[in-house]
Amino acid sequence: MIDLKRVRTFGLIAGGTLSFVAAIGMVESFNERTLINPGITMGLLLILGIAAVFGYIVAAGKPNPLVETARDSRSGGIAGGLTGAIAGVVTSLFVLFVDTFDVSEFFPNMREPLVEAMTFELGVPVGLLVLTAVVTATAAAGGAFHGMSDSFRAGMSRALGWVVAFALFELVVSEILDFADPLVDLIYAPRGGLQPWAAVIIGALAWWLSTRYKGRGEAFTERVKDSEAGSRLRRSVILFGVAAVIILPMIVGGVVNELLITSGLFILMGLGLNIVVGLAGLLDLGYVAFFAVGAYGTAILTSPSSPAFAPGLSWWIALPIVMVLAAIAGLFVGTPVIRMRGDYLAIVTLGFGEIVRILLLSDWLTPIFGGAQGITRIPGIPVPGAGTISGTDPQLFIYFTFMFVLLAAYISYRAQNSRIGRSWAAMREDEDVAEAIGISTVQAKLLAFVTGAVIASFAGALFSAKVGTVFTNSFDVLVSIIILVVVIVGGMGSIRGVVVGALVLIGILGGPKSPGLLAEFSEFKLLIYGALLVYMMLKRPEGLLPSVRRSRELHGEDLTQDAWLDKGGDFTGDSAEEEATT
Amino acid sequence: MTTTTSPSKTSRRFRFNWVDSFLWFIRVSALIAIVIGIVGSVQLFLEGEGPTAEQWRDLVISGLSTGFMYGLIALGYSMVYGVLGFINFAHGEVFMSGLMVSLIAATLMFENGFWDANPTLALLIVLSISMLVSTLVAVLAERIAYRPLRGAPRLIPLITSIGVSFFLQYAFAGIFGVATRSYPPAPGNLGNDVEFLGIAIEGTKLLVVGVALISMVGLWWFVAKTKTGRAMRAVAEDKEIAGLMGINVDRTIVTTFAVGGAMAGVAGLLWALLFRAVDFLTGFLPGIKAFTAAVLGGIGNLPGAMLGGVLLGLFENVGPLLVLNGLGIPAVSQLKDAVAFAALVLVLVFRPTGLLGERLGSEDRA
Amino acid sequence: MALLQINQLTKAFGGVQALGGVDFHIDEGTIVSVIGPNGAGKTSFFNVISGLFPPDSGEILFDGDNLAHHQPNEITRRGIARTFQNVRLFPNLTVLENVMVGQHCRTKEGMWGTILQTKAQREEEKRIEENAKEVLSFFGSRLAGYRYDQPAFVLSYANRRRLEIARAMATEPRLLLLDEPTAGMNPRETVELTELIGELRDERGLTVVVIEHDMKVVEHVSDRVVVLDHGVKIAEGDYESVSTNDDVIEAYLGRPAEAG
Repeated sequence: MIDLKRVRTFGLIAGGTLSFVAAIGMVESFNERTLINPGITMGLLLILGIAAVFGYIVAAGKPNPLVETARDSRSGGIAGGLTGAIAGVVTSLFVLFVDTFDVSEFFPNMREPLVEAMTFELGVPVGLLVLTAVVTATAAAGGAFHGMSDSFRAGMSRALGWVVAFALFELVVSEILDFADPLVDLIYAPRGGLQPWAAVIIGALAWWLSTRYKGRGEAFTERVKDSEAGSRLRRSVILFGVAAVIILPMIVGGVVNELLITSGLFILMGLGLNIVVGLAGLLDLGYVAFFAVGAYGTAILTSPSSPAFAPGLSWWIALPIVMVLAAIAGLFVGTPVIRMRGDYLAIVTLGFGEIVRILLLSDWLTPIFGGAQGITRIPGIPVPGAGTISGTDPQLFIYFTFMFVLLAAYISYRAQNSRIGRSWAAMREDEDVAEAIGISTVQAKLLAFVTGAVIASFAGALFSAKVGTVFTNSFDVLVSIIILVVVIVGGMGSIRGVVVGALVLIGILGGPKSPGLLAEFSEFKLLIYGALLVYMMLKRPEGLLPSVRRSRELHGEDLTQDAWLDKGGDFTGDSAEEEATT
Repeated sequence: MTTTTSPSKTSRRFRFNWVDSFLWFIRVSALIAIVIGIVGSVQLFLEGEGPTAEQWRDLVISGLSTGFMYGLIALGYSMVYGVLGFINFAHGEVFMSGLMVSLIAATLMFENGFWDANPTLALLIVLSISMLVSTLVAVLAERIAYRPLRGAPRLIPLITSIGVSFFLQYAFAGIFGVATRSYPPAPGNLGNDVEFLGIAIEGTKLLVVGVALISMVGLWWFVAKTKTGRAMRAVAEDKEIAGLMGINVDRTIVTTFAVGGAMAGVAGLLWALLFRAVDFLTGFLPGIKAFTAAVLGGIGNLPGAMLGGVLLGLFENVGPLLVLNGLGIPAVSQLKDAVAFAALVLVLVFRPTGLLGERLGSEDRA
Repeated sequence: MALLQINQLTKAFGGVQALGGVDFHIDEGTIVSVIGPNGAGKTSFFNVISGLFPPDSGEILFDGDNLAHHQPNEITRRGIARTFQNVRLFPNLTVLENVMVGQHCRTKEGMWGTILQTKAQREEEKRIEENAKEVLSFFGSRLAGYRYDQPAFVLSYANRRRLEIARAMATEPRLLLLDEPTAGMNPRETVELTELIGELRDERGLTVVVIEHDMKVVEHVSDRVVVLDHGVKIAEGDYESVSTNDDVIEAYLGRPAEAG
């Protein structure tokens, strides 16, 4: 059965989405990147991807936990195709509109290049028909995919996934395969993009491997999870991880290392904010202020050209001083907001963050902080025997980042599973009761603020040493929000989550000022972050890699349902027990 | 950084006093700084330095007109907070979206001469477009992003609204481009000075205050006297019981967002008249300041929102020169926004429930 | 001297006088029940003692020190623990964690110890866990074994009440305030809990104040009964004398004239 109402709704939404990505110029700028030579560009992938996803969603129907959705590739394909057709027509109408009326005075992207990109440079009547046909076919394929057998789905998605990954991450692949230069030249076209035959081989290989070693990966993860803390298996996994982390920076080049460093700084800040938001439940939107304290503190203490006071200390001596400064800043911000309820706290901390930035920029404090000129000539991190390491040497600098990330992760891990972590968890769940059972919430909150601030100051100190100059525009609200997005996408309260969140978001899409691995996204990343924040809150509030406690909290309702079922069992157990006692 | 639970009574008592004394320290030093600043400024004024009497008057007038605009945006925050108990962080973007879209109509009318030929009609058209778009955006945000989250832990909708705010900002940046655009100048002879109570005031500023006051009275009437307004207050008190009493809770909440959005749309027109420059980030600062205004007046309290807006407008326009200049700080106009944020912090330290107290519902406020 | 001596305690919310000058005392090692009709101010009485609301006037002398206007966590640390009428656990923490949190005010390791994993810190963590398990063993097997790692929200209502008592016990109090501990329990569970309350006094040497509606429980556990009505103490004494007191009967049933 095809749910026509659903087809209509999602067809319109898909058409709107396609028109929207065209209107903001995403298709055009993605078209500049060739994925598979010739012709298959990232822009095309975007169009196909949207069509396929909507086709799949329509075919999957409304999720209903009680009824297993019937999987039938024919009706799925038809539903998907219809959805695609509607989407194609809507998008074509939009392109036609742009082609007919000149609205570029108000909408700078809605002009000729957009029409060309959307019609595959075939001109209006023909190109629009092709567009509609392509979108319909892809959506139909997406719909049909839902009805395919599990092994086909697994093989197909692996194959597509690997091909797209090889194409998208051309830079990383060619850097890793640097030693096999001829192979790289063989599979990638000279001007970028996979060679078609290489794409076919990669796809086939991935498919074959996925069927050959079906379920092995999952089984292995399970085994590692079940293994005991000190067991050989686990030790070798950890050893392998450590080795990978040590070797990786050596084999990838400067660009990737640069991205890893930036991601590392965000992992650090994410871990710090995770303590404040994820563990203690205090939504701090001015977290960047502590990063600024770390960065400016280091700059003033180490740079010879600091305007007012230039002691020219070594980075290693500046670090503890900066940590103390950040801790004081944490107390200073934390104390006035301590009795405020959650949402006021969010806005007030946001205000604090902005006050700090405005003051740093103001003429009043320019004699100390350098105002708009910032502070320059910050030396790097001196290492005995290796000179001074700064951002110009990303392959070495990255190890400092790793070191501090490890430290912060260790602190978070220890704190989380201790008396302090439990008091934070209790406070997050019910502040009044936490207070009533003997937890000083004032202390617990301040401790969270201070710990978070100190971790942010690590990031700030590293940032100063890496970049060599600090300007106020590295510290605006945007940074606070992006750190929050990292924490939320990764999973509030989850250390692994923050790491993965920062790598995916900052490393691939890009940080507030710097592009990520996919530089094409840099214009749109903030839009994507916003959408991601909403999506995660609606569909997966516990994040990609959730912490156990948090996901319980956020899915409280569903679990209570289970608990109710569970209670049936519990009840019999309880009464059996009672029978025995009476 | 170490937590200790030393058993001696004195240290425990001391620790609690420590937070309180820190708060008192902030209160007292803020007061002292303000007093010294004002004394300094008065001295400067008497010595004939600093701004002249006329400049002061102009500052007060701009403060009032900006303040009324903040007040209108603040109404949206206040109503949503009153009814749903969460801060709709994206409300500033609701305001921005109406402003952006109405810019198209204004520019077109300006280009073909309609703008200056029929000022009243032109402004009404712009006003209705701005209101319509803002309302639409507010309602859509509620439907898509906030409704599924009713009953979720408190911070979840707040975080969602931050996402909505970001999404709207950059969606508008994508569609309209990132360049700052300018609204056509106030139509007809609105830009000229008008004699009012013996003072020459720019016509637009007078209009801004007038429009804001009319909207305020209209809104008050709506909430206090109409059936929908009563439903809103009931939902604010207790959603479940209101639902049991036969009130359509969903519709009432949508209405709340719609009315808040419409007020933001009106504020959009006022912004266009006052400042003229518009870009995709235009909503951010006024949004936060309007929230400050809502808190200042007592969140959930509609007259409070208006009062808070006016006071905040005065603070940030007059405050830097009145207080900071007197303290001998250079280039005080740069610190305008910092003054507004400092006002927020101080209000919450001095009087967390705002000047007129919180109203509407009192559900889960703990 | 009484363990807890309360003199002329008053508390008003707006115009409502929740407590109108209550005098109260409890001796170490005894159980006192506080009864009274709904709205008599019983829970307000607990809230003021435990510091959730500051009193308007009056003294709360615990072991000779006046605890009025202390923070709740300070009061708990001094040795007064409580439960809530509408069970307030930390629903997403596990059973064991709920009780371990109760040990917070009896332990002291801070951030440094935690980061450096000092010997003292590790020993303290171990002690917290052992103490928590010991406290849970008070309820037999109900909250033990596989239950340790279950989140609190999956527990049955009766078990939640038990866990809340365990959490209060984990703060190592001298005085325990139980707010309607048997509310919502079935008769068998009520009987069992009544016995447990007796054991709290007899085996653990605790002093207990109970707010209770179930007169059978009151009769069974109380060394003394205090009756509140409209925020004022109208009677006190042993169960026998209170239950036949005219004022008490009137408070519960209304004046004969009104009734008629």
